[in-house]
Amino acid sequence: MEILNLDNITIKFGGLTAVKDFKLELQHGELVGLIGPNGAGKTTVFNMISGIYTPSTNKIYFQNRDITGMKPDRIAKLGIARTFQNVRLMDNLSVIDNVMIGFHLHLHSNLASAIFRFPGYVREEEGIYQKSIELLHKVDLEFNKEVQAGSLPYGQQRKLEIIRALATRPKLLLLDEPAAGMNPQETKELMGFIQKIRKDFDLTILLIEHDMKVVMGICERIIVLNYGQTIAEGNPAEIQHNPEVIKAYLGVEAQYA
Amino acid sequence: MKQPSGKICTVISLMFIFILVYVAQNKLDAYLIRILNLGAMYVTLGVSLNLIYGFTGQFSLGHAGFMAIGAYVTALLVLPPYYKEVIFMLEPLAWPLNVIHTPFVVALIAGGVLSALAAFIIGVPVLRLKGDYLGIATLGFAEIIRIVLNNIPHITNGALGIKGIPEYTNLWWTMGIAIFTIYIVKGLISSSYGRALMAIRENEIAAEVMGVNLTYHKVMSFTISAFFAGVGGGLFACLLTTIDPKAFRFVMTYNILIVVVLGGLGSITGTVIAAFLYNFLLESLRPIEAGFNLGPMHFPPIPGLRMVTFSVLLLILILYKQKGLLGGFEFSWKWFFQSIKKVFKPKKTTEGSTL
Amino acid sequence: MSLTMLLQNIVNGFSLGSLYALIAIGYTMVYGILRLINFAHGEVFMLAPYFLFYSSMIFVLPWWLSAIIAIVLTALTGMLSERIAYKPLRDAPRISALISAIGVSFFLQNLAIVLFSGIPKSVHRPAFFSKLFQFGEIRIQSTLFASIGISIIVLSLLIYIVYKTKTGLAMRAISKDIETSRLMGVDVNKAISITFVIGSALAAVGGILWSLRFPQIFPTMGTIPGLKAFIAAVVGGIGSIPGAMLGGMLLGMSEILFVTFFPAISGYRDSFVFIILILILFLKPDGILGTKTQEKV
Repeated sequence: MEILNLDNITIKFGGLTAVKDFKLELQHGELVGLIGPNGAGKTTVFNMISGIYTPSTNKIYFQNRDITGMKPDRIAKLGIARTFQNVRLMDNLSVIDNVMIGFHLHLHSNLASAIFRFPGYVREEEGIYQKSIELLHKVDLEFNKEVQAGSLPYGQQRKLEIIRALATRPKLLLLDEPAAGMNPQETKELMGFIQKIRKDFDLTILLIEHDMKVVMGICERIIVLNYGQTIAEGNPAEIQHNPEVIKAYLGVEAQYA
Repeated sequence: MKQPSGKICTVISLMFIFILVYVAQNKLDAYLIRILNLGAMYVTLGVSLNLIYGFTGQFSLGHAGFMAIGAYVTALLVLPPYYKEVIFMLEPLAWPLNVIHTPFVVALIAGGVLSALAAFIIGVPVLRLKGDYLGIATLGFAEIIRIVLNNIPHITNGALGIKGIPEYTNLWWTMGIAIFTIYIVKGLISSSYGRALMAIRENEIAAEVMGVNLTYHKVMSFTISAFFAGVGGGLFACLLTTIDPKAFRFVMTYNILIVVVLGGLGSITGTVIAAFLYNFLLESLRPIEAGFNLGPMHFPPIPGLRMVTFSVLLLILILYKQKGLLGGFEFSWKWFFQSIKKVFKPKKTTEGSTL
Repeated sequence: MSLTMLLQNIVNGFSLGSLYALIAIGYTMVYGILRLINFAHGEVFMLAPYFLFYSSMIFVLPWWLSAIIAIVLTALTGMLSERIAYKPLRDAPRISALISAIGVSFFLQNLAIVLFSGIPKSVHRPAFFSKLFQFGEIRIQSTLFASIGISIIVLSLLIYIVYKTKTGLAMRAISKDIETSRLMGVDVNKAISITFVIGSALAAVGGILWSLRFPQIFPTMGTIPGLKAFIAAVVGGIGSIPGAMLGGMLLGMSEILFVTFFPAISGYRDSFVFIILILILFLKPDGILGTKTQEKV
């Protein structure tokens, strides 16, 4: 079953074409990697899917529904959640509040019942509090629930951000460099964790990652972007031997050498 | 010792405040009552600004405008009709305002509601702006409101303003409304809706991606904030008994902003302390410029000296307390009892030093 | 509306616009570097005519010398205000610096009341500025020409300093990135001081020209022109010097034309600038010449 379809989308900023004719179809339950050198337009693709940018041409379909130009909060409501390359937590709020904000979409109490703490509201809050604790438990953060999110170590912040995204009960999860800043041990745990939540929450996952161990280790299918265009697509083995990909990456590597 | 329930503590302290207000209203001299009235009015205004700026993170400089709406609506509703005929000299007051006469509480609510309505209409387009741009745009709207008030003499008596407004405002009203404002705003910000507001303040993009509808929440916060600003304006009208458009220049907004920032952005406790401190300070500095006799020497009054002194104090405060008096600290009963425990049951090793 | 009157008003609008532009520069330069709305700038503007008034009336100095002294003293005041009230807050939350600016504004305004009294003073206008020029049917006071002419000279000088000198380069570097500039060896404190000196000196020129045009001076005279000039800076694109000039011109001109064409609602004159402001913010949030700033996601 097709869950996401990017139908040859293009986005331009001023005169610059950031992403060109990008095509992507995701089937339900897939775990797909999106890789490419810095500035290739990977995060821009995420920003278009989550509604922060609108493609200049063509459309995005989520579960066969046109979501092009929808606001991010409506897209979230339809079931797309994401994390950010540069972690975006509510730094001055507690860890538990950060997770509870993820449940925002599923709250039904009206303003008056919230201000005056009607029983229905209190029950609802207690419910999502419990669920948040359960989610925190999955990443061993439940004992830090009252800590300010901004004061957590970087690796834990990344995990918290994933948990927060899960709280929205997404069908599609977009992870933007989840392993960035993690040590090898943490990265290994993260790989297990991603596979686990994919199964537990029946997720489809699209993943941007620079750490090739992660991408090659867990993705079933990989798409390679360079200069805003797809240069290769296939399973990890195919990608590893694709001359275009090697050229794109070595070209970049060569610059650093 | 088991900590008493917060609700019971709140009820007890409310009763305590009730007694204090009763004593103050009956025993204190008019001057002190006036300071307390002003202080409590600033609590209402400050807490309402803190809601939109401190908690929602939306830099709003429109409070003077919302106050003005509340003040004019309240004044027009509480003035007796015969008296309106007397003071509207430029142009007679338009129907039906010239015949309406309502109790104070109705007038206050009407002022708040109209102010909230204005905020709603302004807020939908303007809250798309961010940061300083939002600040300057809201300031612009507030000035437009003031200039409109200046130019519709058949409703506002124009630049002459409205005089002889009944002095309904007493400590029961100002303190009662201040407590009510705190109750509502505190209830709001510690609820799921408040969590969404603070999420917007912390990280707008992340909040939106989590499904928080930015426009809805910002406009909601802005509207509620303006409601209380309007009610505060109504208190202002019936405390000063005279209002004119000049009273609602953007300096009025500055005053409220100073109270909120000095108290500590995002702290209701800080706003309360700063509101009273601000007014006590302003009033207690009054003798400085009054002029006095020292023996045979006569020192003439020096207008402006009070505000010079005040602004120096303000500068010193902000330079030394850069995050406000309380930072982001908020009073809670839990904190209260823990502090008491610390005072009465000091650890053995630190016993000497705590005394 | 006759053509003569229209022309007369256009000159008038240019003249008012050039004054707004002079004041707006100070706002835009300070904002560009410190991201601070310097609410005390209107008060700095107000001080200049007072300094001029006292040095020419009490010390009986010639007008031109008094004007220079007034400009120097005003520039000094601006620089001192930064040293005392803004510099210690450079790492504090931005709102604290804003409160400090409000404090400086209160201080200067009330100090003026204490020192100069709140009663308006009439400024002596040298004969040179009171001449009437007659072009056919159009009669224009020399003040208008003078303010346009002097503004053009002063603004050209400013553009030279900002775009052609090393100091100007330092100022532009800081406004792009203060930390990197520091690392590159730019003396940040000095450049910021110079920014305040230049901004305040321009406001002083504006204040003096203002007092020739409206020869009554009083301690609160800076509030409204200050606010309008700030709006001019926002309309033009805050942080952009050409933007401030353009914004000032646009606001001055449209204000005069508004009053000319709609005399019946001239009471709304002061609200017109806010309407322009709000329209611009909706259409082009970063101002006419402002650079688009988008948060990187």
